[in-house]
Amino acid sequence: MHNRQISSDSAAEEEEEELLAGLRAGSDLHADRFVRANIGWMRAVALRLLKDDGLADDCVQEALIKALRNIGKFEGRSKLKTWLHRITVNEALMKLRSRKRLEEDLTDPLLPDFDENACRIEAPWPKRISAEEVLSNAQQRSLVLSKIGELPDNYRIILMLRDIEELDTAEVAEILGIAEGNVKVRLHRARAALKKLLEPLLRGNVL
Amino acid sequence: MTAQYGSRIWRYSKGLMLRNLPLMITCRQFDEFILDYIEGTLPKGQRRIFDLHLVVCRECRDYLAAYREAMTLGKRAFEDRDATLPDDVPEDLISAVLDARRSPPASEEPEA
Repeated sequence: MHNRQISSDSAAEEEEEELLAGLRAGSDLHADRFVRANIGWMRAVALRLLKDDGLADDCVQEALIKALRNIGKFEGRSKLKTWLHRITVNEALMKLRSRKRLEEDLTDPLLPDFDENACRIEAPWPKRISAEEVLSNAQQRSLVLSKIGELPDNYRIILMLRDIEELDTAEVAEILGIAEGNVKVRLHRARAALKKLLEPLLRGNVL
Repeated sequence: MTAQYGSRIWRYSKGLMLRNLPLMITCRQFDEFILDYIEGTLPKGQRRIFDLHLVVCRECRDYLAAYREAMTLGKRAFEDRDATLPDDVPEDLISAVLDARRSPPASEEPEA
């Protein structure tokens, strides 16, 4: 099984090398294959970040064009898909930035609640519905996605990049141009906000 | 006479205890550690203090459990959505990309 995994990895690497060689040589066939193989997941990434079909399509188009034009500069230090993912995320963030600034609001009602004694205010949880149980209902699943969409951009973007796109703290810091410590602080606030938005579902209350 | 659980005086006493007893931290301080705790990057000593707070504080215990479940729920919701993502990508979008690649290259360069 281990050997089979190694041989399938090396087959994938060979395929990527062959694709890269074709793209660098300007082959239309390879470009077509490259675009068709990646456009689907790139649209999903762009849509998650931008929440708008038109903007997501623009983003993917620009990211693919940029990748194809610069394929000669791809040095193969990362996987092609990782490189493409990064370009897509960057394009999406540029679109978001041009739409509005990602500013923080520290008086946000989505932040955790404490009293004047620095004690947490948290109503008791007589029962907690598991994530699996919530998602087993199609209506609730779409409700979860729409609740995530309600997060302010400054929270949503950082949550998407870290928890959904699975970039690490250093990568997110670099992409957003902020310190790693700041990424952590914002991520925690984003998760806290997510908890507050999803709480009615997790408590089993009808929204 | 003991203060009723959750009452004003009870919360005041809890705050006083968390602020003053050795190895105790307030809920607000606890909140600052949550991310590192979950990611396993808290140093051992701080982790012990964090765990101790969880033992004595029902609110933070409930909060942390719900926080973790909400994280899982968020991640899973997107995994499910990716699984049902339609394969049909508009052909005009594909054509637009392929046509544009033949026009002069842009000055911007993504890092490899």
